[in-house]
Amino acid sequence: MSNKQQPETIEKAAPWLPPKQSVRITINGTQHQLELEPWISVLDMLREHLQLTGTKKGCDHGQCGACTVLLDGKRINSCLTLAVMHDGSSVTTIEGVANGEELHPVQQAFIDHDAFQCGYCTSGQICSAIGLINEGKAKTPDDIRDLMSGNICRCGAYTNIFKVVQEALERSKAQ
Amino acid sequence: MRSFTYTRAGDVAEAVNEVAGNEEARFIAGGTNLLDLMKIDVMHPRHIVDITRLALSTVEDTPEGGLRLGALVTNADTAYHEQVETRYPLLSHAILAGATAQLRNKATDGGNLLQRTRCYYFYDKATPCNKREPGSGCAAITGFNRIHAILGESEHCIATHPSDMCVALAALGAVVHVTGPNGERGIPFAEFHRLPGDTPEQDTNLNQDEIITSIELPAQGFADHYAYVKVRDRASYAFALVSVAAGLLLEDGVVKEARIALGGVAHKPWRKPEAEALLHGQPATAENFRKVAEAYLEGAKGYGHNTFKIELAKRAIVRALQQATENKA
Repeated sequence: MSNKQQPETIEKAAPWLPPKQSVRITINGTQHQLELEPWISVLDMLREHLQLTGTKKGCDHGQCGACTVLLDGKRINSCLTLAVMHDGSSVTTIEGVANGEELHPVQQAFIDHDAFQCGYCTSGQICSAIGLINEGKAKTPDDIRDLMSGNICRCGAYTNIFKVVQEALERSKAQ
Repeated sequence: MRSFTYTRAGDVAEAVNEVAGNEEARFIAGGTNLLDLMKIDVMHPRHIVDITRLALSTVEDTPEGGLRLGALVTNADTAYHEQVETRYPLLSHAILAGATAQLRNKATDGGNLLQRTRCYYFYDKATPCNKREPGSGCAAITGFNRIHAILGESEHCIATHPSDMCVALAALGAVVHVTGPNGERGIPFAEFHRLPGDTPEQDTNLNQDEIITSIELPAQGFADHYAYVKVRDRASYAFALVSVAAGLLLEDGVVKEARIALGGVAHKPWRKPEAEALLHGQPATAENFRKVAEAYLEGAKGYGHNTFKIELAKRAIVRALQQATENKA
């Protein structure tokens, strides 16, 4: 067998790929300039290109909420949006919610109330809870459960997660 | 996900131009449904046109006394908009009955209308599906069809439309404004979505090169007597088995006008004006509501797992009309 048809490099063997796009995005207060393929999600940008692995990939289909981040202040599923669409945006991840060494009150409350077991959903739960508090729409315990239903905890730590969110919400109202 | 090219449109004309004549091009806004389907290769556009920078993000009054929702307003911003909450609470409640806070923060009003079905077989490329692959057959008709249609279905497709928002828009009689290469047109909501017939691959009557620019709500919002009843397998974050959007105009306990739309039962939000008309001039009683419910489900057909939906839909209609009668704002 002749090996004349064997490409010399993987690059030459690869099919044509669309050009990368330039993305300027602020993550936890730091501006980044990235060159990304158009199909890279915000989640993959964070984890694979910026090594910010606090944001978790659970289902990758917007069903579990593990990838929740705050995009321009609002909680979203980072797996279901393209990084190239957010040129000029600002993202806050779990790595950016603390104030230096001082944990965000919701982070501290998760520890105080033992609101996690394996911890895989926790960063998404915390970002979602912060989003819920900012939105200011939860008035009753049922509202909290409904508005946190986009974050699944397969260890079943819901009882304590609920307590955390309820307490954080009350504290934010008192302030 | 398969590779694709990406471009960001600066205005509506540019967006339309980008997709005109290119069957492989798709708009993206919230992306919550499109990207999900692209990840499992059910949809595989070769060219993506980002429309999120278009100036379609405002909610404004219309000269006719209604409200115009820009296509890019998010579902969350719509549901919590002060004008929607006070004048169209039915719409607000319906939106908040669907999805999660994270999805509603991203999903847009135009995109909500264009959601694809959640039929399990549409999602499963290992099975036949006429909507995904025309001519391949329908696995749902003889398969697990608990969530499937009981009205308006065809031998080619028994999928349902998954939206809650659209059920309220159907009841309210909204108009969908679109722009294409030949200009603008308004599509009455009842004509926007299609029944499957023998072309289930077409969900709507929107042309491939048309873009939704806004959704217009008429002046009458049924804000005094409305209800959105959603019956589902869990209390939050589940699609409707059956849902009912109801709006009533009442005078001394007599129905002047009734609007009813059903979700979870057909390929489109289900309206039957001649059945609604049975209530006009009649007292708002449980007995009359049941008569309307019977008329609404006339001709309904079950496929085994979903046969329970026929009686469930009737009871949901009665309950929605009772709640609408009682909730005097």
